[in-house]
Parts: sequence; C-alpha cells; structure tokens
Amino acid sequence: MMSTNRIISYAQAINEALKEEMALDDRVILLGEDIGSYGGVFKVTKGLFDEFGKERVIDTPISETGFIGAGVGAAMTGLKPIIEIMWIDFSLVAMDQIINQAAKMAYMSGGQTSVPMVIRTQGGGGRGNGAQHSQSLETLFAHIPGLKVVAPSTPYDAKGLLKASIREGSPVIFIEHKMLYSQKGEVPEEEYTIPLGKADIKRSGKDVTIVTLSRMVQFSLEAAKELEKEGIDAEVIDLRTLVPLDIETVKESVKKTNRVVVVHEATRSYGWGAEIAARIQEEAFDDLDAPVQRVGAEDVPVPYNLNLEKEMLPQTKDIIQGVKKSLYLQLETV
Amino acid sequence: MQELLQTYHLNENNFNWDKNWFIQAWRIMNTIRVFEEKSIQIYKKGLMGGSLHSSIGQEAVAAGVCMNLKKDDYISITYRGRGQALAKGADPFQLFSEILGKKTGYCKGKGGPMHITSQELGILVANGIVGAGIPIAVGAGLSIKTLKKNQVSVAFFGDGATNQGAFHEALNLAAIYKLPVVFVCENNLYSEMTPIKNAVLNEHLAERGLAYRIPSIIVNGNDVRAVYEVAKQAVERARSGEGPTFIEAKTYRLLGHMIGDAETYRTKEEVEEWRQKEPIRNFRDVCLKQNVLNEKELDEIQQQVIQEIDIAYERAMKSEEPEMEEIFNDVY
Repeated sequence: MMSTNRIISYAQAINEALKEEMALDDRVILLGEDIGSYGGVFKVTKGLFDEFGKERVIDTPISETGFIGAGVGAAMTGLKPIIEIMWIDFSLVAMDQIINQAAKMAYMSGGQTSVPMVIRTQGGGGRGNGAQHSQSLETLFAHIPGLKVVAPSTPYDAKGLLKASIREGSPVIFIEHKMLYSQKGEVPEEEYTIPLGKADIKRSGKDVTIVTLSRMVQFSLEAAKELEKEGIDAEVIDLRTLVPLDIETVKESVKKTNRVVVVHEATRSYGWGAEIAARIQEEAFDDLDAPVQRVGAEDVPVPYNLNLEKEMLPQTKDIIQGVKKSLYLQLETV
Repeated sequence: MQELLQTYHLNENNFNWDKNWFIQAWRIMNTIRVFEEKSIQIYKKGLMGGSLHSSIGQEAVAAGVCMNLKKDDYISITYRGRGQALAKGADPFQLFSEILGKKTGYCKGKGGPMHITSQELGILVANGIVGAGIPIAVGAGLSIKTLKKNQVSVAFFGDGATNQGAFHEALNLAAIYKLPVVFVCENNLYSEMTPIKNAVLNEHLAERGLAYRIPSIIVNGNDVRAVYEVAKQAVERARSGEGPTFIEAKTYRLLGHMIGDAETYRTKEEVEEWRQKEPIRNFRDVCLKQNVLNEKELDEIQQQVIQEIDIAYERAMKSEEPEMEEIFNDVY
C-alpha cells in the first residue's frame, strides 16, 4: 500500500533519488563542484559523501569541460556518472563535451558506445542572481539529437524522473529549478520511477490548454485558480520532459479545449514554445479555434534588480493575459 | 620538480633484441604506412567523403605505444588516428569499409575516417575536435580506478591539442586523482597549418605535463624502440597505481594536414630533411645494422602487408552500403 502524506522538499526528493540509485547500483558515481562533504551549494547531495565515500562522491576542481568529459569517458567504460553542474550557466563552458561528445558517441560509433550519464543542474531566475546565474537554457539542449531533457516541477516528479534518468542508458540533461528546491510536496516512501516522455495533466479543464514545465507549472496552476473565478476552466499540462516530447497528450487536450497557451521561463523568441506551436499547427490545425499563444521571458538577459527581474520573467498575470488572448477576451489595461 | 621532466636516450646495449619484437614492429609500421597510402588513393579517386588526414611519418609512435597495450586497454585517438587503431589491432577491412562508408565498417559507415571506434578493441573514440578525447580517456581511467581493474587508458593527441582547455583540465584531473592514464603527445611540429613554435613558447611540450606535476618525458618519436621503452615504463606505472605519465614523442608529419593541403607554411627542403629521418627507413637500417632481420625477411613481410591491405581494400569495395533505416538507429 502506498503511504501517503509524507511531505518532503524538492531538494530532499532529489537527494533520495540519488541515494537510492547509488545504493542499488555500485556503478553510479557523483562528480561535481563542492558536492562532497560540503553537500552541494543547494545541499542536494547532503549526506551522500558520508554514506558512499570519496570514491563515489567525487569533488572536482572548477573544471566543467574536464569533469563532464571524464564523465563521458567513465560512462563509456562501465560507470554511471551523475554530474552536478552547479548552475546551468556553467554548462556553457563545456558545450563541446556535451554536444560534440556525449550526444554523438552512440551514433558516430554505429551503436557500439553508450553514454549512461546524467547531468544534473539548476536553472531559472527569481532570486536576483543576475544574468549569468539565472538562465533557462533547456531549448539549447533539446535542439541536439542524442540528448534527453528533463525539467521536473514537483518533489514527486523530481524523484521519479531522476531515478528513471539514471537508468535511461543515454545522456540526460536533468534541469532542476533553484526556486523549487525548498518547495514541498507529497512523496511516497515506496520505490517508484516516472518514465521519460510522459506529460502529466496537473489540472484538468475544458476551456484552454496551458502547456508548460518546471517552475512555470506552479505559476500556471495559480493562473488557473484565478481564471476559475472568472468562469474559465484551464487545463495545465506539465510536459516534464522536452525530449522525448509527449505531443500526443497535448494534442488530446487541444481536441477538447481548442485553445493553447505555451508558457516557459526561457526567453520567448526561438524558445521551445515555438516548437510546440509549430507541432500543433502541423498536426492539430483543425482543432484550433485561436492562434497558439506564447508566454515567455522578455528577450533580454536577466536583470539583477528584483523588480526588473520579476517584470522580465513571466508571472501569473502574464499567463492569465495569454489565456484571455486565446479566448478573445477583452484584456485588462495595465 | 625538474626531475619530473626527462629526455629519454635509448641505450642500445640494454635494448632487448628479440627478433619477434622486431618482426612485430616492422609489420605494424608497414601496415600503417601501406594502409595510409591506399587511403590516399581512395581519397584521390573520389571514393570517400570529407577530408583525409594522413599519419605517414608518425608510425613509430602508434606502434611503439600500442605494442605495450593489451586488448582491453583503452585508447582515445583523433581524426589522424587510423594508424593507432591498426596498432591496437584494428582490421584493415573494417577500417577501409568505414572510410568508404560501408555497412561493414567499424561504425556501420556512420562514423567515417575521423571517428573510428571499436568497443571490442578498446578504441574508445576517434575525435574530430582537437583535444576533446583527452578528458574522455581520463574518464576511462576513472572507471579503471573505481572498478579496480588492471587496465590502462592512453590518450593520443597532437601538439595542437596542448593549447586547448580540455587538455589542461584533463591533465589536472588525472594528476589529482592519480589515474592510470598515459598521455601521448605526437608533436609533429604542425597544428593543422600553423607551426607549433608560433603557437606556444615552450620548446618542449612535455613541460606542460610537468606543470601538473605529472612525470613527463621527451622521446624521439621516429624511433619505435625508444617510444616502446618509454611507453613501457609509463604503462607499468599506470598499472601499478602510480598515476599518469606524459610522453612527448617528437616526430614529423610528412604530408599536409589533410590531403590537398597546399603546405605553404614549410619548405620542401625541410620535408626532405625529415624524410631522411622517417621511422620506417630508420628502423630498416637498425634491423640490418644490428643483424636482427635481413633484407629478404624485411621485404617478405612488406610484401605480405601489401597483399593483405590490397585484399582488405578489394573486399571493402565490394561491401554494401548501409540501409536508409540506419539514419534513425543509434541516436540515443
């Protein structure tokens, strides 16, 4: 029987996933900056160094190219490395190892090589970390064949998706959100995994479909609550993974609601929202009663000032506006 | 600290003059040379795509290092790496097939000449990105250490790679974790079309290993005996858990960066001078001078190699192209 009502944080849920998979499989090792006795800057790896030792929880120099590359090599030769990139922005110094190496090994070798590696990292804005520590870069990775991209929104999803990612057998970019680490939610004691490529309907509705992931799921649910007061019944789909993409769940929803708003924290232009909009118009054009709306961050770097940052990033009110636009409702003048 | 940097001088009196060793070295170096020459013909006939980067003149490094390796030891090589693959035991038929894009190639025709891989032979990956294979070889070293195996991981790369960040980060990781890795820098004096002397102030690239407190050794890369001896020590050090070694093998790329290179960056006289010091001619002289192998024996082996390479080439030419469905296989 599933035990209920056990409430833990998103960071704890990820910690549990790591701990369980490490206990289950000796080949799972962790590599990253300050993840050892310090427990990681967001304390996600807390306690793992004491439990599994320095051979399996390996502190690295500040050397992302080096240790992501070493992770690729280790994954190719029998280990299952989980690499923590402290801030997603730091992955950019190691793009060769991620894009030219990890993503292409299986294909270039004609299927001889596999890279069972997870890169765990955190992205997003909301706490005044400025332009080089606040980006939402999931689209960059989703554009590269050979990489899977996961971005969980709840503690439950984070745990189940991370466990599945570790067992996936191919490179996975697992993007956590810094503003979600302290967020709490129900996580059962029992073992479970969530397969990649399955979207989750976080709220059912009949008037409009909101397609989103990561922190924007919370914002979309808040927007849905507000809209309900005005008699608008929104469905919120949490994609959970961009690659593989569960477009079927989205299309099913569009059949019912005939209206779509795509919401992401990444900058709007060339974001994955455009991909979803394109797929819907290609594959479900006749189900649409209105153009697909996109809600995303302004096309600027993330400003430091908290008020400016909040204005630049999508907020609940922006999602409400997007929904109203798709319903051809009069917009409130701001 | 300076004692970590050494120049190796072969002591002919101490060298083990085992006839079989000489036959093996002669055979491997000739296999590489003949394979590379045939590949150039393939390229010039327009039978293959992309570019072809020859390792003619650098055969002694591949042979001397790989003769110390076991089948399950790892190597990470480069776009100029068919020689190292052959020295590690690669089948010329599967190599030609890959170059020709055939389904019988090591990578089913999806990798090409720059990306030769063989899991079976421990050929981790051949990289088209300069320096990128070095951290990967270090990662294989991490696996060996973590899983308590008795293998060694060798990173082959050129002089140009020593200016890449990946090189420096990888050396540092191998040093601090004391990994069973041998770094083999084939200093052929040219980083693509740029003389290495214009791209770094150090005369000896082995100093860069020293910078990370890795025992580093300079060796004549055109003498297969010297390379063999130096690699032997490095491989033994790695296997016994003493950590990484950096080898700078000084050699020369007798052909351009790729076939078709105008080579405006060097003189014909310079190339000719190095041709006199090239490893196969050099080794033939040694064999004769030391009376290990006579003219007839040397020629016979060479003829055998030529025949084998011809047969491999003919077979590869007759092989099938991959099916279109292959486009969608092996993505993840």
